[in-house]
Amino acid sequence: MSVRVRISEDSVACALGADDVARALAAALAVRGLTADIVRVSARGLYWLEPLLEVDTDAGSFGYGPVTDADIDSLLDAGLLQGGAHPLALGPVDALPFLARQQRLVFARAGLIRPLSLDDYLESGGYAGLKRVLETGEDAFIAELEASGLRGRGGAAFPAHIKWQGVRAQGDTERFVVCNADEGDSGAYADRMLMEGDPYALLEGMTIAALCVGAEQGYVYVRSEYPHAIEKLKQAVAHAEAAGFLGEDIAGSGRAFRVEVRAGAGAYICGEESALIESIEGKRGQVRARPPLPAVCGLFGKPTLVHNVLSLASLPVIARDGGAAFYHFGRERSRGTLALTLAGCLRRCGLIETAFGPTLGELVDDFGGGAKMGRVKAVQVGGPLGAWLTVDDFDLPLDYEAFAARGAILGHGSVVAVDEACDMAGMARLAFTFCAAESCGKCTPCRVGSVRGGEIVERLMAGSHHAADDVALLLELTDTLRDASLCALGGMLHYPVRSAIEHFPDEFTGRDTR
Amino acid sequence: MTDTLTEDALAALIEQHRGRRGALLPLLHAVQATCGYIPDAAIAPIASALRISRAELEGVISFYADFRRSAPNAHRLRICRAESCRAMGSEALWQAAQSAPSDTDIEVVYCLGACAASPAAEYDGRLLCRLDAARIARLWQEDQP
Ligand SMILES: Cc1cc2nc3c(=O)[nH]c(=O)nc-3n(C[C@H](O)[C@H](O)[C@H](O)COP(=O)(O)O)c2cc1C
Ligand code: SF4
Ligand code: FES
Repeated sequence: MSVRVRISEDSVACALGADDVARALAAALAVRGLTADIVRVSARGLYWLEPLLEVDTDAGSFGYGPVTDADIDSLLDAGLLQGGAHPLALGPVDALPFLARQQRLVFARAGLIRPLSLDDYLESGGYAGLKRVLETGEDAFIAELEASGLRGRGGAAFPAHIKWQGVRAQGDTERFVVCNADEGDSGAYADRMLMEGDPYALLEGMTIAALCVGAEQGYVYVRSEYPHAIEKLKQAVAHAEAAGFLGEDIAGSGRAFRVEVRAGAGAYICGEESALIESIEGKRGQVRARPPLPAVCGLFGKPTLVHNVLSLASLPVIARDGGAAFYHFGRERSRGTLALTLAGCLRRCGLIETAFGPTLGELVDDFGGGAKMGRVKAVQVGGPLGAWLTVDDFDLPLDYEAFAARGAILGHGSVVAVDEACDMAGMARLAFTFCAAESCGKCTPCRVGSVRGGEIVERLMAGSHHAADDVALLLELTDTLRDASLCALGGMLHYPVRSAIEHFPDEFTGRDTR
Repeated sequence: MTDTLTEDALAALIEQHRGRRGALLPLLHAVQATCGYIPDAAIAPIASALRISRAELEGVISFYADFRRSAPNAHRLRICRAESCRAMGSEALWQAAQSAPSDTDIEVVYCLGACAASPAAEYDGRLLCRLDAARIARLWQEDQP
């Protein structure tokens, strides 16, 4: 068998040159009369090392990166196919501290498999969970789900099994499973990686959920900014149908489940579950008042289970290994593993899947390696509606309740770090601009207040003569938004704004007046 | 009808989608994929096929940033101005983009999921990462014949 060289086909790896490197390698191998299998795989999530080449050696998968096409000749001269020494050599990839310190359950296959190969999926434990659920039955799995302690990974962290029981409790009627793949939070890309890299895991999770709540139709609503994920999922659905893992008779069980992949259309608010449902129905993506909850009256008026990509992709792991194995990871009421995505100014940006518990400082400094230039000034966790934290908060453990107690959120796990060059008033301005642009328009405070707030920040940035009053006005405005908004877009805007003002008051009030 | 979306082609798209539940967004995406925008001539046929009013249809189209009611330019540059990219210099990219040739649409996008390699943008559907202003300026030079 010839040596295998793995190169990711993840969209960001390709944007960083992975396709070019793969082409250059193939050409150079041909010129030298060497044979090797170039295998295009999912991404490890080590983006600072992309394009990353991995070669099988006795010591495990040996890495080189970041590689450009210009490096290929010197790599081959150095014995790339045998794991030879080279300035870009990284050693065995699994031993890199960034990876060695992680616990990868949901992303166990990241970087190892061909995303659309059902064989690779099955060989790496895929569909073992579904088989187990078919053997032991729905009630047994829901007990496992409860034992796992899984809480929704989309941001609200609601216990999954309670939502499932809500959907099941609704009499004899049609039901739906909807995957929320709208991942609109800036700094977040774990859903994208999973859909591009391990689409069958999502489909298996949806199938398990559908069997347990009694749904025969599922939808994956993917933001249109993720064309590669949409394409991968569509192909995965077709392959899974052909192999009998989706369709009229799932794995010989006599049960039916079909999945349709739907593209969003450029509206952040469609990540909110009721707006997402409206959007699938073909309407404006406006938030619905609750109650009723989607579990009672959701898509097309039917009971609907809505889950984030990573909640659903956790199900095969829980089904296969049992709820207790999942619960074993984590702490307090935050159980299992959490996917975090490092972004912004850090040296090492990438995906971390870890049991709950490590501190924010470990993420930023140990994993992230600190700022590329200068020092980390602030970190925003949980997306554009998350609070800004500083080095004073680096002791915070990854834990939903611990973050809440500090006036912050973990949300969907994005971690955006900014360095000292960053103007925090500018970031507050961005929060208002974003809210104004993405407001669904249903509540006046969100629609109008976001525009007004942006104007006040602009005035402060230009050097207001009444800076203290303007800051007080801003805080009052975000409090109004918090109290009077129908959903968290307006309702959580106070997090980024208030925290920026509290940590960096001079950047709001200390501007030169004109 | 427009140059690129004939009456027959529109009818075929409508036929292909009308049976699905929640057909409107997939249909609008299909129309736009064919001719780049949602032409006036498509409004009445879509509204009547899906049994919604024209006003309702226009309301849906205008809600979503992706859908356009007029023909796009030859090129499209979408620059991410969300937090991670902003922290890595997206505002300078935005400034550089203002000197784009007039056949290029310049748009804002909030996150492309490429925040591990910020700043990011998308040019004619191609994702670009770790950009700088010089690379932005080269985009249109590459396009010149
Ligand atoms: C403004 C807003 C945006 C949201 N965006 C997303 C999103 O992009 N992805 C997601 O999974 N959940 C998002 N949510 C949360 C969903 O409403 C919902 O809680 C989630 O899909 C439930 O799935 P889970 O239980 O698996 O977390 C958003 C909520 C709000 C208020
Ligand atoms: S807070 Fe904003 S986005 Fe949320 S429902 Fe109200 S107007 Fe819509
Ligand atoms: S914030 Fe720009 S790609 Fe995510």
